[in-house]
Amino acid sequence: MNVAAERAGNAATVACDQDQDALRVRLGGDWTLRQNLPGAEAVSATIAAATAARRLTFDTSALGRWDSGLLTFLLGVHEAAQQKQISIDATGLPEGVQRLLRLATAVPERGGGRRQTQRAPFLARVGSGWLALSAATSETVTFLGEATLSLLRLLTGRAQLRGGDLLLLVQQAGAQALPIVALISILVGLILAFVGSVQLQMFGAEIYVANLVAIGMTREMGAMMAAIIMAGRTGASYAAQLGTMQVNEEIDALKTLGVDPIDFLVLPRMVALILMMPLLCVYANLLGISGGFLVGVGMLDITPQQYWNQTIAWVRINDFLLGITKSIIFGIIIAVSGCLRGIQCGRSAAAVGEAATSAVVTAIVWIVVADGLFAVLTNILGI
Amino acid sequence: MVDPAPIVVENLTMAFGSFVLQRDLTFTVARGDIFIIMGGSGCGKSTLLRHLIGLKSPAAGKVYYSGESLWDSPIEQQRQILQGTGVLFQRGALWSSMTLSENIALPLREYTDLSAAEIRDIAALKLALVGLAGFEDYYPSEISGGMQKRAGLARAMALDPEILFFDEPSAGLDPISSRLLDDLILELRDSLGATIVVVTHELASIFAIGNNSVFLDAESKTMIASGNPKLLLAETKNPTVKQFLTRGASAALAT
Ligand SMILES: Nc1ncnc2c1ncn2[C@@H]1O[C@H](COP(=O)(O)OP(=O)(O)OP(=O)(O)O)[C@@H](O)[C@H]1O
Ligand SMILES: [Mg+2]
Repeated sequence: MNVAAERAGNAATVACDQDQDALRVRLGGDWTLRQNLPGAEAVSATIAAATAARRLTFDTSALGRWDSGLLTFLLGVHEAAQQKQISIDATGLPEGVQRLLRLATAVPERGGGRRQTQRAPFLARVGSGWLALSAATSETVTFLGEATLSLLRLLTGRAQLRGGDLLLLVQQAGAQALPIVALISILVGLILAFVGSVQLQMFGAEIYVANLVAIGMTREMGAMMAAIIMAGRTGASYAAQLGTMQVNEEIDALKTLGVDPIDFLVLPRMVALILMMPLLCVYANLLGISGGFLVGVGMLDITPQQYWNQTIAWVRINDFLLGITKSIIFGIIIAVSGCLRGIQCGRSAAAVGEAATSAVVTAIVWIVVADGLFAVLTNILGI
Repeated sequence: MVDPAPIVVENLTMAFGSFVLQRDLTFTVARGDIFIIMGGSGCGKSTLLRHLIGLKSPAAGKVYYSGESLWDSPIEQQRQILQGTGVLFQRGALWSSMTLSENIALPLREYTDLSAAEIRDIAALKLALVGLAGFEDYYPSEISGGMQKRAGLARAMALDPEILFFDEPSAGLDPISSRLLDDLILELRDSLGATIVVVTHELASIFAIGNNSVFLDAESKTMIASGNPKLLLAETKNPTVKQFLTRGASAALAT
């Protein structure tokens, strides 16, 4: 016999016959997991059909090798037999199989423990969907309320920040974000200048590239790009940090100490972003404008002096302040959605991943919505 | 007037959604008790602990701390009530971004006016008490599971709380450390007058330290025995309890 055939073994066989009140199950061949094993359904069907049967016996004289494959099959048979109240006489089985079967049936299955996978009716799904939605909404609103209260407590001096933690967070959300913010804002400045110059050259109004870049950066793109970078960088990392703490019961440990996780974890993160976002925004503005400067001076025959004068003459302080105000709001949005998703995180590795993803998505959606509101407001107020 | 007992549990029912885990739990933990919560794996011991320490609200029933109902109090008061407690979680739950010393220092920084140097000394002392002297500057991920357990214990003891909750303190420890831990628990009770609630499976420590207990049963979904474990062993008629307290030996004899 060659090795392949040896490994494949003899096909597993099963047959049933009835002798008065005894059902006999004959097992033959090799019953190992790597074979194509017959399911228990055939035997279960026979058992269900056999009305007169009281006992179930086994004949294993032709049985070869066996492993868990045989045991799962026997458990299926066992269950079917129990349903019909047929007693099982396991003495025909090999010693080892008998012992393992006894172990597997020693602890009764926990009632209601198995997950029900059947689909609920449509109305029930709509109902539970609605309940889940309103629960999630109330959770979010509660969190927002708690975060606001915590911020107020800080402002009125009734909550305090731990210096060391805050410094670290400020460093992570500030200094460490500088390179990527620089890269992106220079590129955005370049792009604005390029696209604008093509149009403006048609009117011979290249000099207005400086206006376009400066006003575009200070009013919109500086705050926006910094916020989107920080949502992907810092918001996701807050969600993952807090989510992992949730998984490890670290947040529970804080609660049992009577330490409010909002004050302890969320507040310093909010403060770090509230402090750093305006600085990042200014930094992005300056680098974006210098990106435009490179294009203007390098490609459009504008002298550095002209570009500078044009920029200074047209950017108003209000444009700057508007961008900075936005960036503070965006910072709060990023910190809150990151921490909210982290705190809501379930207790598994997959849940941490989902929390990070959903923190970024939530933050970006709300950043864009808030930016839209700002656009409408500034239009009405004429800022 | 007599002091009300530190913890009284009345008709507590615990459930996850519609799945009821345990119902009608009623017991009292007296001052100075070492109170054992025992029962088979998965019967709801850790969940009971979460109800006692304010992390999961009961489906029905009350938990009283010195006469005050925990779950009927507003959140501020709950926090106040629980400030006098220390908890060791089943999986340690150390703050993974802090060193062991900082883990123990955190509650001290929150609730005392000690100087940084004093706090460091106290943290070192607590770590030494659980056999972890010299590990002050290690992070939780740099020590073994059993050591994390002991560090969690040190953190639970940081503020010398009046009530301590330990979830399987000796799981994952070698027999000698486990014995030392029992001695430490007795010492905490005797010298600091702490009341201690311990979830444990370990028969040796159940008999060595416990003076009161409840036995949760997964099948009947309620408590089926309570009292001093030594007396329980001698007197109980319930086969499940007997089997548990004798490591299944009584069942083996019976068959
Ligand atoms: N979040 C949850 N949702 C649903 N069921 C849960 C949840 N957490 C725990 N359970 C169930 O509650 C039961 C009790 O869990 P618990 O952790 O309290 O057990 P235990 O008695 O502490 O066990 P062990 O001694 O093994 O630690 C388990 O059967 C588990 O399936
Ligand atoms: Mg447990």
